[in-house]
Amino acid sequence: MMLTLLTALPVVGAIVLLVIGDRSKPLTRALALAFAFVSLVVVLILWHSFDSTLGTLQFEERYAWVPFLNIEYHVGIDGLGLLMLLLSAIVVPIGMAASWKIVERVPLYFALMLLLQACLFGAFTALNFVHWFSFWELSLIPAFFLIKLWGGPKSTPAATQFLVYTMVGGVAMLLSFLAIYLVTGKFDFIELAQLAQSGQLMPDVVARLSMHRFMPHNIAMILFAGAFLGLAVKVPIFPFHTWLPSAYSEAPTGTTILLTGAMSKMGVYGFLRILLPIFGAQTQAVLTPLLWLTVATIVFSAYSALAQKDLKRIMAYSSINHLGYCMLGIFALAKFTGGDAALFSQKFAAMDGVLLQMFNHGLTAATIFWFIAMMENRSNGLRGIDDFGGLRSVAPVFAGFMGIALFSSLGLPGLNGFVGEFLIFKGAFPLVTWASSISVLGLLITAIVILGIIQRVFSGPLSERWTAFPDLTLGERLFLAPAIALMFVLGLYPQLIIGVVNQTAVQLVQQLKF
Amino acid sequence: MLAWTIYISFFGALLQLLLPKGNNTLARAFALLTAFAGLCIAVTSFTQHRSGELITVANYAWIPALGIRFHLAADGISLSLILLTGIVALTGILFSWNIDRRTNEFFAFYLLLIGCVYGVFLSYDLFLLFVFYEIVIIPKYFLITGWGSTRKDYGAMKLALYSFIGSAMVLVGLIAAYVVAGSKSMALNDLAGYAFSPHFQMWEFPLVFVGFAILAGLWPFHTWAPTGHVAAPTAVSMLLAGVVMKLGAYGCLRVAMTLFPHGLDPWGFSLIGLSSWRDVFALLAVIGIVWGALVAMVQQDFKFVIGYSSVSHMGFILLGLMTLNRIGISGAIIQMFSHGILAGLLFATVGRMVYDRTHTRELVKLGPMNLNKAIPFAAITFVVAGMAGMGLPGFSGFVAELMILVGAWRAFPIFAVFVGVGIVIGVVYVWRAMQKAFFAEPGDVISHEPLPPITIPERLGAIILICTSVAIGLYPQMLLKIITPALNSPLFDGVRKGGW
Repeated sequence: MMLTLLTALPVVGAIVLLVIGDRSKPLTRALALAFAFVSLVVVLILWHSFDSTLGTLQFEERYAWVPFLNIEYHVGIDGLGLLMLLLSAIVVPIGMAASWKIVERVPLYFALMLLLQACLFGAFTALNFVHWFSFWELSLIPAFFLIKLWGGPKSTPAATQFLVYTMVGGVAMLLSFLAIYLVTGKFDFIELAQLAQSGQLMPDVVARLSMHRFMPHNIAMILFAGAFLGLAVKVPIFPFHTWLPSAYSEAPTGTTILLTGAMSKMGVYGFLRILLPIFGAQTQAVLTPLLWLTVATIVFSAYSALAQKDLKRIMAYSSINHLGYCMLGIFALAKFTGGDAALFSQKFAAMDGVLLQMFNHGLTAATIFWFIAMMENRSNGLRGIDDFGGLRSVAPVFAGFMGIALFSSLGLPGLNGFVGEFLIFKGAFPLVTWASSISVLGLLITAIVILGIIQRVFSGPLSERWTAFPDLTLGERLFLAPAIALMFVLGLYPQLIIGVVNQTAVQLVQQLKF
Repeated sequence: MLAWTIYISFFGALLQLLLPKGNNTLARAFALLTAFAGLCIAVTSFTQHRSGELITVANYAWIPALGIRFHLAADGISLSLILLTGIVALTGILFSWNIDRRTNEFFAFYLLLIGCVYGVFLSYDLFLLFVFYEIVIIPKYFLITGWGSTRKDYGAMKLALYSFIGSAMVLVGLIAAYVVAGSKSMALNDLAGYAFSPHFQMWEFPLVFVGFAILAGLWPFHTWAPTGHVAAPTAVSMLLAGVVMKLGAYGCLRVAMTLFPHGLDPWGFSLIGLSSWRDVFALLAVIGIVWGALVAMVQQDFKFVIGYSSVSHMGFILLGLMTLNRIGISGAIIQMFSHGILAGLLFATVGRMVYDRTHTRELVKLGPMNLNKAIPFAAITFVVAGMAGMGLPGFSGFVAELMILVGAWRAFPIFAVFVGVGIVIGVVYVWRAMQKAFFAEPGDVISHEPLPPITIPERLGAIILICTSVAIGLYPQMLLKIITPALNSPLFDGVRKGGW
């Protein structure tokens, strides 16, 4: 019941906010935050009662839903799902805190945020394609309206582009899975993964579908392409990323935090839960082009970040870059290792790295965007990299905290960002050497980008305009402290997460037998 | 008891004319009561229905010399559509609460229309079915000319002519079948059980199918639908798109496919890749899906967007029927139900909530009014209805499209891809219309007189329709459990060809 409860909780919160309506803005904010905290507590309870010695699904619930179509209500989490739940539960309160200054239609804004959270929880716990897909698609609606109604001047085209791109990907993925369902009669991820493991799935599908006229021979690749497209748009992978910079920069910053912190992980999660287990052989067959795309994602986005002037756009491109490392790790998992046990064992490192990187990027990016939101609030909406300068002297605590978050994003050892990237490269280097080598370039450029921000915003001469730039208030410090502390804790003691997810990582890697 | 849905509606129509003129509230309340009684009967029968059975509702001799009987019967398919009719009829009255000109006549025609629709869905004797099917044309013509807007005479005439042509084709087909089968009976099971020669079926099937499909908006015979829907008053648009188009689809399944299943067999030769009537109609259905969506995407009149979206959605139904597998046909029936609810909701939003307040339907003029602030309820209703219509999970449209797509993958994999394209265009046209109609570009908001708030009947109607769509979306089993057994009945032996 816990997982159903968790998904239902934000929905209840949203309804409560809408029913109460626009009476008192502080009350609405406090209520929304309270609901987000209750979700966090529920997730922490789950985290605590999760048996980390097992890599299997826990807290499972399974009921018949539409027996005629073999659709079940099937939820459950392993370490991967649990980690994503925790991330969503942390990112949403941060997003709310960053939206504290929203004044228009406050109840609707926070209700949509809670609905988005419910969709995230739903998608990260669902184990049946239809169930998962429902939340995947529904999450677009609150995200769309959050961007459109509270976003910047060009928010409408940005929101529309975001919606249409993701919908196109979604429909492609739906068609692929319906074709698979047609042959297997199954929507369940676990059962489909087992079929794929036994090598039965795709030969059956191909045999069934190739009877038709006009059916191309490589139908398995086409189905793979459909599923890949759906997930690649969400992550995003070059060249399907073009919606992201404008969506992230036009969205109100609180929403950007949700988009980058949690929603982008839905795509990576999909790669781990769906694409690799079910389409493993197809991934392997086109591994080289996929790696090219990943390398392009990593390197181009880093260079693009270098060329931007708007802090939100810089961080948007930097997000693409960071998720690119996740994709590098994931595709390294699909590498054919022959019987080489030493090479195979590298995959565990890469897998752990991917999981850590997902969590760390969510936490770090959310925190950085939060600082950007505070800068916007203090400067009437300015967020150009050259609009500031010398802030360190007037707002030392602000500069210090934001500096920590930025260094975490850069991957400084001792902070959380480092461990994930390190493990990914450690695992991926022996497996896909050329791709990892080129990707290192991305790390370098990102470092230049981040140092550039620190230098141009915090150092240099202080402009006249910012002599009264307020430092962090006590409330802000209290709210930020846990996030910053977590960055240090995870940087120094990554075992906190690895300990919980390691068995899952082992399980996921061993599923991929090639 | 189900027969009373017909009697009550006809009787209500008659009484409407006898009620004192000029008392609008009385007329409305009476119409509402009549429709509510019909809905209650539909719901009761729906809940009491045991899956798989065919309930005989009434069976009297009518014209004994010709073997024609007053024979009403219902199975799971008819019951689902009767339930739909009941819901749309009731909400339609809620959305015509502002009719104040010749109110009695309006509701009399309205109830007559409802009665005939119930009649078509219940008829087991094909002559009776045809009678009801034909009478439907009369009230809808007068409702449009009497209370319609925009080019109403043209729209009404076009709609009536198309319907008459379709009926004529059906009539010819039915008489031919009746004569060939020995002029003994017009009962559905007798005719479906008669072994017509394959050659006869091969020309009978397209004749009757197209006759019915004209009313279902089959491309390229769909052009009556957008003009008719736009010209009609709101409640009538709701009924036309919601249930009257379903009469056509129902006829395709119940009559054309059941009586002449061999008409779907391959011709034995291939013409530009098409080798049977089934391929032809599936292709037309897919063209309808994509074409309707594309045309909806460029409309400037808000109601035309919805009108063309109906063409697109009806294409799903016809494609589902042509898949000839259980999942596709069940999906088509769910889509009939779903589209009935959603088209009703969309027309109610556009015709009643927006047009009756702003007196314009042009998207460029609606935008600057910033309706999402002026009438937020209408904006929310449209967003929800649009989401449901574009097939977003959680709503009835998703289940229907999912099932039809699975069926299409099995039968025509290539078409499934084009349907996917149609779905994407569907997202675009709904979103385009929503943005243009309800959300102003910042900067060009013009101030206007405050619009009258959304009334209680409107809210009630919208909530009923939304809840129905969500209920089906979350728990499709409700309908499926009576639809699929009905498809397993002996009536569909020919379509099944010995198994699904």
